[in-house]
This record gives sequence, C-alpha cells and structure tokens, in this order.
Amino acid sequence: MTIKLHPNIEADLLPILETVPDPEIPVLTVLDLGVIREAVRTADGVHIKLTPTYTGCPAMDVIGDDLKSAFASQGITATIELILAPAWSTDWISEAGREKMREYGIAPPLSESADKAALLGDQRLVPCTICKSTNTKMISQFGSTACKALFQCMDCQEPFDYFKCLK
Amino acid sequence: MEHQSLYQYLLSLGDNALILGQRLGELCGHGPSLETDIACTNIALDLLGQTRSCFQYASKQLDGKTEDDVAFLRKENEYTNVLLVEQPNNDFAFVITRQYFFDVYQLMLMEWLSANSADETIKAIANKAVKEARYHRRFSSDWMLRLGDGTEESHQRLLDAVEALWPYTQEFFVPSEAEAWAASAGIGPDLTSFKAAYYNDVEALLEQATVPVPENPYFQKGGKQGRHTEHMGYLLADLQYMQRTYPNMTW
Ligand SMILES: [Zn+2]
Repeated sequence: MTIKLHPNIEADLLPILETVPDPEIPVLTVLDLGVIREAVRTADGVHIKLTPTYTGCPAMDVIGDDLKSAFASQGITATIELILAPAWSTDWISEAGREKMREYGIAPPLSESADKAALLGDQRLVPCTICKSTNTKMISQFGSTACKALFQCMDCQEPFDYFKCLK
Repeated sequence: MEHQSLYQYLLSLGDNALILGQRLGELCGHGPSLETDIACTNIALDLLGQTRSCFQYASKQLDGKTEDDVAFLRKENEYTNVLLVEQPNNDFAFVITRQYFFDVYQLMLMEWLSANSADETIKAIANKAVKEARYHRRFSSDWMLRLGDGTEESHQRLLDAVEALWPYTQEFFVPSEAEAWAASAGIGPDLTSFKAAYYNDVEALLEQATVPVPENPYFQKGGKQGRHTEHMGYLLADLQYMQRTYPNMTW
C-alpha cells in the first residue's frame, strides 16, 4: 500500500473547498484542518477522500454533508469517501490555520515533545491566547471536545482551550 | 468461513469499545465534576468511534447487514465483550479502575495491531485508536494515583473497586475462538503473550497508588462466549431501546 502524505487536490476545486468551515472551529476551513486528502474530478462530478481527526468525531458526518452541499450549489455532485490511513495528524493543520486558531482563542498544538512536557511533565509551555504568557497550567486533560485540553493562564487568569498534538 | 471468522474478530474488537463507551456515556451530566464528566464522555466518544470503524468493516463481511444492525440488533448472548467493561458505574473509583484496567490492555492491543496486523483495514483503525488510547491511559492512571494516594475515603473506595474488579482482568488473556483464529492468521496478537507485561504495569501502578495487589482471586470469564453478568441486560435495554422500538429509524 502506498501512503500519500500530501493531499491530491485539483487546483480548480480549491475555491469551493475553501468555503467549507470546520463545524467545531468555524474560523478554520476543511483545508486548514488538513482533513481533505483527495479531491478529483470524475465522470459524474467530484470524488473527495476525507480523513477523520478523531475516530468518534461527530463533526465528520457534518463535514461530509457540508462538502456535498457546497459542491451542489455549484451544480457539481460530490461523493465522499471516509479513509482511515494514513491517520490524521495535527501536523496537517496549516500555518494559516494555526494563526486563525490562536486569534479565535484556541492555543494551537505544540510539537510532540513540547506537548508531552506540557501535558505530562507539568511544564509551562503553552502560551496564553490573550497575553502570550507561558505561565499557564492544565486544568483538565479533556476540554470542550476530545481534541482539546483545558488550560488557564496564571498571569491574566484567562481559561482557554489547547488543541492537543496528535501524531 | 474466512468472512465469518473476520466478522467475529471485529465484533470482539468493537464490542469492548461499544459496551464501555455506553457505560461511560451514562455519566454524561452525572460526572463528579465538570472536568471528569467531560473527560469520561470524550473517552466514550473515542470508543464509539472505534466501534463504528470496526462495525462498518464487520458489516461488509456479511451480506445485507449494516453497522446499526451489528450494534443494536444482536441478542445478549451474541455480544462478545469481556465482563469487565459491562460492570456498573458504582462510584467514580469504579469508573476509573474499570477504565484503567481496560486502558492498559487496549493500548497494548492497539500498539500491536497498528504495527503488525496483516489486515490493512484493522491496521488503519488501530493506527488511529492507538493515539486516543494513549490519552485514555494517561487520564485513568493519573486518577488511580490521585484516588489511591488521596484522602482516607478516596483510598478506601479505590481499594474496594480494585478488589471488586480484579477478578475480571484475566479474561483479556484467554483467547476466544475468533481471537485464536486472528492470531493464527497474523491479523491479531497471541493474547496470552500480553499477560506478563500487563500485570507488570498494573501492579507497578497499584504500588504507586498505595493499593495492595489483590491475592488469590477467583477469575471470572465468559463474556467472550456471550455469557454475561446480570448487569448486561439492563445496559442493552438502554442501548437498544430506540432501534427496537422504532425499527430502522435513522437520526
Ligand atoms: Zn494570559
């Protein structure tokens, strides 16, 4: 089996894909999130391969439906295929996506080793989304969704979500 | 024959996740604190995701079945989960102990499957699940330590939970027919080979949590063959209610 790490998306489909937001973090598009692994034209429309962030993520069904309706509004029939391999990683979130996430109030994932140190070793590494201080601590390993942990800034007291590293 | 064996093996993978997910889901809105409530239901969601992946693949092995048929329309004696995961949420110490005993096994299993399974789909499912299983095990181990090494009451409750659930831990390592088939086909591990490492890990953590390892237990098994404890019927009544009352309903 060959594993493609870079998505195979036909360039003229990008403008439509860019209009589809992630239902949980609506400032991110599905492209920012890196869940579209393939989007190609076929004889009857467009075929899209979608990979789930977390296996139980309820957003996946919604994303599939949203993609279909975005293409339908352009008169294109889209078929969606859910693929599991290669498994999604937070490394696939784009740089632009990370910046948008930060502005939205969610700290983007750190590198794998820094993430472990922050979540396990209790090291203060996750910067506060408001004041940028790294004097922050984990309040809860799970936040508002499975992909996030809850942190609090010890300087400005702001509680915020941290998007956990998944590799 | 091959399809039937693979179907049964996928049920064994999916049923543990489904039934434990259902138990954890019961805590939604009833957790001891907001953070633990959210954590338990998030873990439930991960487990239901793993269940769906297994059952979607399982339903392809038998003609005319859907993942919902597999999840909702079997009889009690057709569920092959281990007895541990169907045990009730007596208190938070029970919830955590049940979770921890399961997480140590599940992480070992998913690590093996993601590295070695000869079945590409199972390998892909495990590849995702292994990442989630690491977070789950971290969560449950942290709480084992906190409860064991916490107050007199939390220590006593953890002690009671460990005593009560310990007899259910050995069933993991007694392969069912389907699990033995998977091992011989290189699709699944030889579960007996997990046993020593499992008890090593668990006993080391219990020591850290200042809880003695229970002695001379009588081990319970039968879940893998569909012989369940008295708790299972009530759990299934909840789980299957909608699909039994409104056949073929969809959301
Ligand atoms: Zn701050």
